[in-house]
Amino acid sequence: MKDRYDVVVVGAGPAGSMTAKTAANAGLDVLLIEKRQQIGDPVRCAEGVNKTYLKEYIKPDPAWISAEVKGSKIYAPDGAMVEMSEEISGAEVGYVLERKVFDRALARDAALAGAEVMVKTRATGLLMEDGFVKGIKAEHMDEKYNIRADIVVGADGVESKVGRWAGIDTTLKPKDISTCAQYLMTDIDIDADFCEFYVGHKIAPLGYIWVFPKGNNMANVGIGITGHMSGELRAKDLLDDFVQKRYPGGKVIEFIVGGVPVCGTIERTVANGLMLVGDAARQSDPVTGGGIFNSMWAGDIAGKVAANAIKHSDVSAEFLQEYETKWRAGLGRDLDMSLVVKKRFTRLTDDELNTLGHSLEGIDLGDTTLIGLLWALFKANKKLLWDLRGIFKGIKEIEMEASVEVNS
Amino acid sequence: MTVKVNRFKCGYCGACVSVCPPGALELIETWIEVDETCTDCGICAKICPVGALEVPK
Ligand SMILES: Cc1cc2nc3c(=O)[nH]c(=O)nc-3n(C[C@H](O)[C@H](O)[C@H](O)COP(=O)(O)OP(=O)(O)OC[C@H]3O[C@@H](n4cnc5c(N)ncnc54)[C@H](O)[C@@H]3O)c2cc1C
Ligand code: SF4
Ligand code: SF4
Repeated sequence: MKDRYDVVVVGAGPAGSMTAKTAANAGLDVLLIEKRQQIGDPVRCAEGVNKTYLKEYIKPDPAWISAEVKGSKIYAPDGAMVEMSEEISGAEVGYVLERKVFDRALARDAALAGAEVMVKTRATGLLMEDGFVKGIKAEHMDEKYNIRADIVVGADGVESKVGRWAGIDTTLKPKDISTCAQYLMTDIDIDADFCEFYVGHKIAPLGYIWVFPKGNNMANVGIGITGHMSGELRAKDLLDDFVQKRYPGGKVIEFIVGGVPVCGTIERTVANGLMLVGDAARQSDPVTGGGIFNSMWAGDIAGKVAANAIKHSDVSAEFLQEYETKWRAGLGRDLDMSLVVKKRFTRLTDDELNTLGHSLEGIDLGDTTLIGLLWALFKANKKLLWDLRGIFKGIKEIEMEASVEVNS
Repeated sequence: MTVKVNRFKCGYCGACVSVCPPGALELIETWIEVDETCTDCGICAKICPVGALEVPK
């Protein structure tokens, strides 16, 4: 470890490793630190990701792909099922990863690009001078260090402190976090070609249960519920209920818990000498909780903006605003749309969810887009989904008519 | 500061850290530490997926 770098990245999840890799590829002197001693372990993820998106950033490697699926099946409370192809299933469906291996592969890519990586190294605070972040305080093997850097990137996930230290309040309210529990199960009867989602207030209050195939009759069987619904019954209790009913003979070979931000975009993600990426920037999807791809996408932009800032010797918030502007223009708009959808869907009763499920039963959605799917739902249930009309603004009705009709 | 962490239940996921208003919690290695800024608000205990936290009334 040196005592100064161009960029220090805190957290070696997908967000941090992508940022470090991109910045190192651009010729910057980069340190990537991770507080755990094993990158990616324990996993806090259902490991589903859209393969088309993912391929833009990393060459698929069987070492970290557990399974490949064709699409998803969503079950309404009464069992009505809507089947969707991979293309419209969104950022969470395509590959089911082995994230312990995947996260390490991403960190390795960062290392091979020239970044220095340190594990079992925890950031404990920021070095601040004249209103600028100038580096971090860190601990490694019970020793304290001050590490100086022109830019600090907070990629420290859901539990992020880096933003708070710089005066950006990233605290999540209970309604803004999905609290999750998951079993890796084996010896169960699953459809290996589909990711399954089960919705309903009884089984998963303001959330859902997922069954993501992992190959060889294994699956990640998990639940996420919105934080303010947790209390008497918690994620683990509800998951146990589901598992007992659905997979009575199944065996559990791993148990994990976690939280994922579902708040939508926050006010700002840059400060003088600082950027936040991934879950630390609350960039995960408010409906699905998916954040693997989002964090890689944002990390790539952050790495490029860091390189540009160092080149121009300007790491002020104004300069780093380029990152903020870019991610909001792309991902930010998707998150905003998801938030509108979430607000509407969380107010639906189980009966109304059943109605929606039945309205699409038997319709072949083919490979229409996600917005096309929402449009189909909206058309069939205008009264119920009237609040969603805003998200179709600017998208030509004809286009959406066409996208659904061609396939039905 | 009275929030009690049951280390035998905790899955060291960090979810509680993200909701704590004063930032009193920290996930270090495989355990949760609570500092003196805790106000006993109980939010962390509410959202913990396994019920590993307890704020005595
Ligand atoms: C149960 C569950 C299921 C999910 N399922 C999916 C899914 O199927 N598909 C999907 O796309 N997304 C899913 N997500 C979300 C996804 O896991 C996250 O969005 C993604 O991991 C975010 O990546 P990240 O790099 O921002 O954060 P993380 O992957 O959380 O990485 C942050 C890293 O920072 C480290 N760190 C934290 N503080 C410090 C510090 N002070 N010093 C040093 N290091 C630090 C942490 O140890 C961690 O390794 C799920 C989440 C949960 C909880
Ligand atoms: S939320 Fe619960 S399981 Fe997760 S770290 Fe906190 S106490 Fe442990
Ligand atoms: S009780 Fe409130 S203040 Fe105390 S640790 Fe939990 S969330 Fe933080």
